[in-house]
Amino acid sequence: MTWPIATAELFPIFSYLYELLESTGLPQPWLAIVVYTFLAVVMFGVLALLALFLVWWERKIAGHIQQRFGPMRHGWHGWYQTIMDAVKLLQKEDVRVATRDKPVFFWAPVICFVAAFLAYVTIPFGEGLIVADLNIGILYVMAVTTFTVISLLMAGWGSNNKYALLGGMRSAAQVVSYEVPMVASILVVVLFVGSLSMVDIVQAQAGGIWNWYAFRLPFGPIAFCTYIIAATAEANRTPFDIPEAEQELVAGFNVEYSGMKFAMFFLAEFVNAFTVSAIAVILFFGGWHGALLPSWMWFLGKTFMIVLLLMLFRWTYPRLRVDQLMEFSWKFLVPVTFVNIIIAAWFKYAGWYW
Amino acid sequence: MLEVDGGIVFWILSFVILVSGFMVVSLKNVFHCALALVLCLFTVAGLYILLDAEFLAAAQVLIYVGAVAILLIFAVMLTSKLADKRITQSNEQALVGFFICALFAVAAYLLIKFNTIWYPLAKSALPSDNILTIGKYLMTEFMLPFEVVSILLVAALIGAIALARTEKS
Repeated sequence: MTWPIATAELFPIFSYLYELLESTGLPQPWLAIVVYTFLAVVMFGVLALLALFLVWWERKIAGHIQQRFGPMRHGWHGWYQTIMDAVKLLQKEDVRVATRDKPVFFWAPVICFVAAFLAYVTIPFGEGLIVADLNIGILYVMAVTTFTVISLLMAGWGSNNKYALLGGMRSAAQVVSYEVPMVASILVVVLFVGSLSMVDIVQAQAGGIWNWYAFRLPFGPIAFCTYIIAATAEANRTPFDIPEAEQELVAGFNVEYSGMKFAMFFLAEFVNAFTVSAIAVILFFGGWHGALLPSWMWFLGKTFMIVLLLMLFRWTYPRLRVDQLMEFSWKFLVPVTFVNIIIAAWFKYAGWYW
Repeated sequence: MLEVDGGIVFWILSFVILVSGFMVVSLKNVFHCALALVLCLFTVAGLYILLDAEFLAAAQVLIYVGAVAILLIFAVMLTSKLADKRITQSNEQALVGFFICALFAVAAYLLIKFNTIWYPLAKSALPSDNILTIGKYLMTEFMLPFEVVSILLVAALIGAIALARTEKS
C-alpha cells in the first residue's frame, strides 16, 4: 500500500488514521479497500463543496458584470445562498413525465455525476496529493469524461421530449467535434514531456515560470488557446452551450428533470468546468509549482484563475449558432492544432527545447 | 497499489460482459441495445486493466465508448422510425441458431484447450511503462501497418464526406 507521502505530511490526521487502521491487523485487500473508500469520500466532499462555491462565484461574477450584486441576502454577500439552494433542491418533489423511458431517465443523472468525479482519480492537487498516479493519466481523464456525453444523450432520450432530444443530439455532435482539437492540443505537451502521467507532466515544468508550457514560444500559447476553447465546448459552457440553449431549447437535455436529479446535472456541470481548468493548469501552468505557499494552494489558486477566465467568457460572449460551432471546430481549430503539433515536433526534433 | 486477487474481479467483469452482450442482441428497444453495448465495451476495458494493458483500456473507452457508441446512439436518435418501433431481434430460427453457435463454442473451446501451448508469463518480463514501448514499436518495427491503417482511415473519412455531400447546382 503506497500511501501518498505528502498527504500524510500535510495532514497529520491522515497518517494517524492510517496507522490506527493498520494496527487493527486488517488483511491487505480490505485495508486497501477501506483506504480508497475513505479517499473517495474525502474527494467527493471536497468537490461537492467546490461546486457549491463555484455556483455562488459564478452568480456573483454574472451579477457584477451586469451591474448588479447577485445573491446578497444569506450571509456576507450571500455566501450560503447555494447551500440553501441545495437544501431546497433536496426537498423538492421529483416530478417525472409519464412517457419517460424509465431506466434511461433514472440512470442519466447518475452517470453524469459519476463521470464528472471519475477524472479526479488522477488529478494532483499538490505535491503528492493525488489518489493514484496512473501511467495513462491524461488519457484516462479523456476517456472517462466521454461518459458525460453518453449521459446527456440518455437524458435527452429518456425524457421523451423533443427539446431534450435536440439538446442531447447537439451535445453529442459538439463534443465529438471538439474532442479532436482538445486531444491535439494536449498532444503538444505530451510530446515534450514524453509521458502521459500527470505527475510527470507537472514535474517537467519545475523550476520557474519560463518552464511552463503556456510560455514556451511559439507553440505553447497557441496550444493553450486552442485547448481552452475546446475545453469550454467540452464543458458545455457559453459561448458553446447549445445543448442547453435556453432561448431555443427551453433548457435542453435537462428540461424534464427536477429536484435532486436536476441538481446532479447542475453540480456535474460545475465540477466539469473545474476539471477542464485543473487540466489546463497541469498541462500549461506548471500544476502545483510555485514559490513560498504550499503546493495545493498554488494549484487551487491557478485553477480558480482559469475558472474565472471561463466565467468571463460565459458572461461576455454571445452563443454560437450550431453551424458556426461546427465550422469553427473543423475549419479553424483542427487545422491550427495540427499545424501546431508539426511546429512543436520540429522544435523537439531540432532540440531547441527539451 | 490495490493488491486484490484478480480472480474475483475477472469473474464479475466476465459476468457483466456476457449479460450486457446478451442484452445487446435481445432487447426490444434499439436505444437500450446501444447503451448495453456501451456497458459491454466498458467492462472489456476493465479486463484490459486486469491484464496490465492500461493504454489499450483507455483507447478502448476513448474510441469505442467515446466515438463509436456515441455515433451509433446519434444515428438511432436521428432515425425516428427505427427508434419508436419495438423491434424483435430473433426469428423462428433462433433455436437452430443457438445450437449451431453452441457447437462452434464447444469446437473453439476444444481447439484452444488442446492446440495452444501456454507460456508461463513472468511478471518481471512486462515493461513497467508499456506506452513508451508501444510508441517506439509503432514508429519503428510496425511503421508500415500503422501507416496503412492511417491511410485507410483517411480514405474512409473522405469517402464518407463524398457520400454525405450534396452537390450544389
